[in-house]
Amino acid sequence: MKSKNQATAKSMTRRHARGEVWVWLSAAGMLTTVLMLVGLLVLVTVNGLSALWPRSIHEFEMTDGSKALGELTKRNKEKAGTQIKTGNRDLYGIDFKWLEESEIQNQQLPDDVYVLERLEHGQFVGYLSDLKLLGQPALNNENKHSEFKRALVTMSAKRDELNRWSDEMADLNQNVESLRLALIDTKENSERWQRLREESISDETEFEVLRAKVESFRVELMTQKVVMTDVNGRIKEIALFQILRSYQPNQMSWFSRLGLYGKRMSELITEAPREANTEGGLFPAIFGTAIMVIIMSIFTMPLGVIAAVYLREYAKEGFLVRLVRITVNNLAGVPSIVYGMFGLGFFVYGIGGTIDEWFFSNRLPSPTFGTGGLLWASLTMALLTMPVVIVATEEGLSAVPKGLREGSLALGATKLQTLLRVVLPMSMPGMLTGLILAIARAAGEVAPLMLVGVAKLAANLVVDDVFPYFHPERKFMHLGFHIYDVGFQSPNVEAAIPMVFVTTLLLLVMVLGLSGTAMVLRQRMRSRYTSGAF
Amino acid sequence: MDVNHDLEKASQEERPQSEEGPAIEVEGLNLYYGANQALKDISLKIPHRQVTAFIGPSGCGKSTFLRCFNRMNDLLDIVRMDGIIRLDGMNVFDEACDVIELRRRVGMVFQKSNPFPMSIYENVVYGLRIAGVRDKAILDEAVERSLKGAALWTEVKERLKDSALGLSGGQMQRLCIARAIAVNPDVILMDEPCSALDPIATAKVEELILELKNQYTVVIVTHNMQQAGRVADLTAFMYLGELIEYDRTEVIFTRPSQRHTEDYVTGRFG
Ligand SMILES: Nc1ncnc2c1ncn2[C@@H]1O[C@H](COP(=O)(O)OP(=O)(O)O)[C@@H](O)[C@H]1O
Ligand SMILES: [Mg+2]
Repeated sequence: MKSKNQATAKSMTRRHARGEVWVWLSAAGMLTTVLMLVGLLVLVTVNGLSALWPRSIHEFEMTDGSKALGELTKRNKEKAGTQIKTGNRDLYGIDFKWLEESEIQNQQLPDDVYVLERLEHGQFVGYLSDLKLLGQPALNNENKHSEFKRALVTMSAKRDELNRWSDEMADLNQNVESLRLALIDTKENSERWQRLREESISDETEFEVLRAKVESFRVELMTQKVVMTDVNGRIKEIALFQILRSYQPNQMSWFSRLGLYGKRMSELITEAPREANTEGGLFPAIFGTAIMVIIMSIFTMPLGVIAAVYLREYAKEGFLVRLVRITVNNLAGVPSIVYGMFGLGFFVYGIGGTIDEWFFSNRLPSPTFGTGGLLWASLTMALLTMPVVIVATEEGLSAVPKGLREGSLALGATKLQTLLRVVLPMSMPGMLTGLILAIARAAGEVAPLMLVGVAKLAANLVVDDVFPYFHPERKFMHLGFHIYDVGFQSPNVEAAIPMVFVTTLLLLVMVLGLSGTAMVLRQRMRSRYTSGAF
Repeated sequence: MDVNHDLEKASQEERPQSEEGPAIEVEGLNLYYGANQALKDISLKIPHRQVTAFIGPSGCGKSTFLRCFNRMNDLLDIVRMDGIIRLDGMNVFDEACDVIELRRRVGMVFQKSNPFPMSIYENVVYGLRIAGVRDKAILDEAVERSLKGAALWTEVKERLKDSALGLSGGQMQRLCIARAIAVNPDVILMDEPCSALDPIATAKVEELILELKNQYTVVIVTHNMQQAGRVADLTAFMYLGELIEYDRTEVIFTRPSQRHTEDYVTGRFG
């Protein structure tokens, strides 16, 4: 008997011990998750932040006598190889080069090496040899660096001028197009028709004049060149017009590097992309993402809240309401591409097509609303995020104590007054939770957007200075799609990797920023409604 | 029943004013929660400007009864009622009786204090605002009058704009009373208003109740017999949905006519 008791006791302790194992296991599980998350954030942050840092340029002398020049990017320990980014895509065809470490004879940081950021073909890395201003070569050696610098400054002013003219041309073009549409609507040969026609012709001529001027100016600018040599002495003439920035990284102090880094960062968020999106800024994508999320919120919040209020406060609890609730809950799990299909079929082709037929028939067959655009994308996203808002709002509503509702009703308030003055304000934290989740989801979804309005490169922003200033029918750019496009669709994937990280980081920052704001708001509300009871 | 006779005497003795007849008159009230009958054929008369207490073991239907006076039971779909409750002669269950109007005339204070998550000021003027009063002078006047009436003015007059949720439990309950009297009701219903309060806060609220009866008809539910003894002029003892006995408080506590009542007030059961 006694031994049996002891055995039971023992097995019990063992079971306890095993219970402890489960605790450890679940803790390990949680730790893994946290580590993975932290790892992800660190990877994206480090890669994203360091992508724009101006690094030093190394020169390598190989045993076979050839040389290589570039910034260090990767090492492969097993193969004892070093990868450098050589730039000069136009000369070598690729941007990167692997060097066998055993073949490296000498490695140094040459002082006078230049990095040129160009409009096309990516960076040029090499040495300044000569300047060819207006076709005439040669300057004596001492002055060439400062001359080059000065020439670039002049050129940048001229480029601004050229850009101004281009803008003017775009405006004229727009005028001509709207006049063309107006002409279609006006009775032929009427007085108004004549006037419009004259205006149109004069605009067209003006446009042609400007174009000729721009062309000749461009040709003239293209004659100003700089002669560079690569590390092995190959000569490359580069038009100054092509050069956006030149710097000599190996001469730069940490502070001037930081300055350049800051400039690049601000360009990144204020400028438009270049070269198949792999270079330049991300402004249109940032703007597009933000405005899509905002319009989505404007649609999804009121509708979701009203639906939740009806379900929770007015609808009689029963089979139908339960069915609707289950449906709503499950809608949140429908694959997003399905929403994309629905948006394409219903919004774009259905509603958009009808709008075109009714109001924009003179522009057909080229569609106005009958093609993907910001409005349809936002509506599709609103639909996609609505279940989240409904569920969160319902939770918020049900968290309002019954006593408060009764208190209000007992003072002679109607149900609607109680709802508007007590219940809705108090369920604000719940609604904001819904908004946070909706924003996070909408900003991150890419698949449905590809069907209903995102563009690899949108020519115009949805907001501009042309009446009516806001063009919800236009296509827009989106950070999430940008990541996919740059990372997997660009001709030069390896060179685009830094851009992918930068974009990813920005997307993360944006989502966190948007939902962070909502979170702070929610916290404020919460403390307003719960502070210091008893 | 000589109860009603007694009642009339009581009201005539202390209130010789214009208000003729009882403030509230209940006749043959039955109430069912689904199939479960919670109030059984209750009839009584509640006089003007007196404190009437309902006592009885928990679950006997005190709250349910109280909530009939301002038709709070309407909120529940499963409730069925028959009988008559007259408020100054008008049947509250009548089609013609507007429930919003009724609730303005019959204020209610709940067991768990329920101030709105707004400022003290906004809590007090809530009933006026929803009635459409916008005039700041009227609102300000109502706040001062009500808070004074609820013996809270000196404590909060410096912080009317602060959140009501920062008050103590007792202050919150008095704020709820102020909120109820801000709309100038005739009757104030209180459902165990002190059950969540400490003794000092309880004493203050009881004092306030005695104060209130100079202007309002007060009906209070309590499970605390000492409290009923201290504040009530009349006491009704309920048991299992029935009104067992209703009389002057001192009669109920000293020489009740029913065995049940005696057992309950002497603590032999309940
Ligand atoms: N919402 C409700 N639904 C169903 N039955 C209820 C409800 N509220 C109260 N009851 C029942 O009615 C009876 C009286 O309850 P109540 O009036 O709250 O009693 P008291 O306030 O005297 O404690 C109890 O038996 C209770 O179970
Ligand atoms: Mg009760």
